[in-house]
Amino acid sequence: MHLALIVKILGMLLMVFSITMLPPVLVAWLYEDGLQLPFLTAFTITFAIGLALWMMFFRVREELGVRDGFLVVTLFWTVLGLIGSLPFLLILKISPTDAVFESMSGLTTTGASVLSGLDYMAPSLLYYRQQLQWLGGMGVIVLAVAILPMLGVGGMQLYKAEIPGPMKESKLTPRIAETAKALWYVYLTVTVACALGYWWAGMTLFDAICHSFSTVATGGFATRDASLAAFNSAAIDGVATFFMFLSGASFALMFAALRRGSIKTFFRDPEFRFYTGLMFIYLVIVSVGLWVTRSYDTVGETLRHAAFQVASFGTGTGLTSTDATVSWPVPLLLLLVFTSFVSGCAGSTTAGMKVVRIALMLHQSQRELRKLIYPHGIFALRFGRRTVNDQVLQAVWGFIGVYITIAVLLTLAMTATGMDLATAFSTVAASLNTLGVGIAGVSGGFAEIATEAKWLMCFAMLLGRLEVFTILVLFTPVFWRQ
Amino acid sequence: MKIIILGAGQVGGTLAENLAGEQNDITVIDTDGARLAELAERLDIGTVIGRGSYPAVLRQAGAEDADMLIAVTNSDEVNMVACQVAYSLFRTPTKIARIRAAAYSQKEKLFGNDALPIDVIISPEQVVTDYIKRLIEHPGALQVVNFAGGRVQLVAVRAYHGGPLVGNAIRQLRKHMPNVDTRVAAIFRRNRPILPEGNTVIEADDEVFFIAARNDIRAVMSEMRRLEHNYKRVIIAGGGNIGFRLAKSIESRYNVKIIERNEDRCQVLAEQLQHTVVMHGTGTDRDRLVKANIESADVFCALTNDDEANIMASLLAKRLGARKVMTLISNPAYVDLVQGHDIDIAISPQQATIGSLLTHVRRGDIVNVYSLRRGAAEAIEAVAHGDARSSKVVGKRIEDIDLPEGTTIGAIVRAEKVLIAHDHIVIEADDHVILFVMDRRRIRDVEKLFQVGFTFF
Repeated sequence: MHLALIVKILGMLLMVFSITMLPPVLVAWLYEDGLQLPFLTAFTITFAIGLALWMMFFRVREELGVRDGFLVVTLFWTVLGLIGSLPFLLILKISPTDAVFESMSGLTTTGASVLSGLDYMAPSLLYYRQQLQWLGGMGVIVLAVAILPMLGVGGMQLYKAEIPGPMKESKLTPRIAETAKALWYVYLTVTVACALGYWWAGMTLFDAICHSFSTVATGGFATRDASLAAFNSAAIDGVATFFMFLSGASFALMFAALRRGSIKTFFRDPEFRFYTGLMFIYLVIVSVGLWVTRSYDTVGETLRHAAFQVASFGTGTGLTSTDATVSWPVPLLLLLVFTSFVSGCAGSTTAGMKVVRIALMLHQSQRELRKLIYPHGIFALRFGRRTVNDQVLQAVWGFIGVYITIAVLLTLAMTATGMDLATAFSTVAASLNTLGVGIAGVSGGFAEIATEAKWLMCFAMLLGRLEVFTILVLFTPVFWRQ
Repeated sequence: MKIIILGAGQVGGTLAENLAGEQNDITVIDTDGARLAELAERLDIGTVIGRGSYPAVLRQAGAEDADMLIAVTNSDEVNMVACQVAYSLFRTPTKIARIRAAAYSQKEKLFGNDALPIDVIISPEQVVTDYIKRLIEHPGALQVVNFAGGRVQLVAVRAYHGGPLVGNAIRQLRKHMPNVDTRVAAIFRRNRPILPEGNTVIEADDEVFFIAARNDIRAVMSEMRRLEHNYKRVIIAGGGNIGFRLAKSIESRYNVKIIERNEDRCQVLAEQLQHTVVMHGTGTDRDRLVKANIESADVFCALTNDDEANIMASLLAKRLGARKVMTLISNPAYVDLVQGHDIDIAISPQQATIGSLLTHVRRGDIVNVYSLRRGAAEAIEAVAHGDARSSKVVGKRIEDIDLPEGTTIGAIVRAEKVLIAHDHIVIEADDHVILFVMDRRRIRDVEKLFQVGFTFF
């Protein structure tokens, strides 16, 4: 453990993050909402803390070890959640709990909110919320790895601890900094495309940019209390559906597709095919369910809202195009909440267990069945054209087991704060899978739940965003033993 | 630069380690996934599991836009085919291959763009053999490297009490030997580098690097330590590739005995070597060493491919009275353990080989690169191009050149003439400049110094 080095890197990362508080100043100046000062204050505080931490140990020159990576990433996300709450505290004068909740929900791309009255809120603060989601989507650390060359090999340790998915060693390019850069370029490209889409569909430029941030990050924050339902536009819903679906796919895959200039690359990828199939099945079930219960008048309306909600829940985004969480039949809502446990592909901006793990689990079950028939048969587990070795499989099983256990334990803890079972379950799904919308008791938002429940949710959001193990490993005695 | 390395073995691994730190995109290909994983854990590189000669594997490693392919797998054939594939399918500009078998490497017609398209052939065994040969030719030197075709040499030597210069400032050298021109490039005192100046005092036990014309080397060495007699009797343990090549190249001038474990190999050695005495046995066999007259041997070289056997044989030989022992040690961890105590010179095959590869990777017109002090320092022979406007070195006096920290210019070779560097010498176009870089991290700055500005074109 290199504590001095960890503090130094933390300081550097905070200084990088502090810069992200400057664009809201620009927005405040453009829209003349008078909030330049609070954002500048927040910037100064963050930068000063970062500088102080860095100054203490700037002479330290060591290599980051495997363990340091986990600690740096967890600490950084925690600190960021706290520091990111500064503008909310300074401007809205809400309780620290609510401010941290909002900031953590933003960074982890959850999208659960305790705020209301968004429609009348200052543009700079709205922009800041959306930007938090965007930064959290691809990961602030991946950004730092891309722009701070001094992280060197240590960058790989950080990258591994932050990037989601079971095969973390795969790099797009030989050098980790180049890989991180490539990912951010793709992320930026998709975001720009999404913003243009929204703009074309009829949003104002401000709304288009803001919502593209939360869509591509599969976050779920909106600039209206009613989310995208406030626009009530089929075109906007269509753009949102497409980009939510796209952002649930791997950005590494998008990079490969862009480089080869071929859309076929997508369909050669086994995970993407599985993901598409899964989404299609959800869509069929939800559409049929809605049609049977006569929830909407026309086929078009049914499909539009079904597709939107499937893409939103299925990737853990949490935008809504209608008051689904209140008015839809309970079995359909429950199904949608369950889909958020699977969420998107590895290497996307989603949380949850990831499609690839579920697919591998199903393949493995199939293999077990075959083994019952041919007890002496040897079956290789194939995913696409590649065979998967047992080590990866064990890791996948371990992850799924731990994930479900955590979900159960968190649900238990939530009920202890005074929720009923349905609400508790929905709250856990909303935070752990970074879904952001709730059903049952929290269908109207999370402002009313107990303070303890809010902190629990913050913890769950962090667990979900960093894929559980990065944080859990800090709670093992082995980690701290020298 | 984008570089693909085939083979994650000793040479490939060391190469990746050297190059990854210098802002290169390195991808290593090997069939052994575990070895790749170990490498990727330590270094910022890409890895691909597979056979390096297969087009699909090369493509996966990014051969389509790679600048260089370095094939250093164990198999000559794989290396050759990989270069062919890279040339035919991917048009890779530079292809370097390790070719061990002299049967291939001696046939020059085999290589070329219409035959086997390999730009540079390296043979680590030959490099290591030359390295040892130079050490035998210069008794007392720790390392000897050639520049400008051997006209200039850089020699590392440990200063001992009894050398006339020890305890004196470097400036005294001129007074002691008015006819000999030399330059002390660097001094390492207790493993810390010192930038030598005229008034630097050389202490006993310093490791001194100096540059001089080949004929002056002996004279300068006599200043640092009591001069050793020329070696006569050499005993080699291990008749493998290196042992055989060494025996073959020195047997006409030295009295050579070679001890080899494998009887069939002994037979081959006996047929191929004319003056060398070939003995069957192992270097760790006390009886065999005594029979080989170890007590009167000047040099004992342990050159098998087994580090532990080499070390034990060397310790035994030293105990039995060999004057100097040189030991081939691949494992870098062992080198620190044994060098300087009972073993006089530990030779690391990777470090000896790496320089010849680095020569082709460096930017600018670099003729020679030698890795010194286990890779911490480097000696470089660079060619100065351009004119006073486009180059940062041409047309300047040596004292005016803005050298990176810890770097010294040792000598300049102009056409056939060797000029030892002095402050007032002005560098001309096409001079070969020999530099000593104490800290390898400064290499980039040195490269930049010799790159010609755009005005040249």
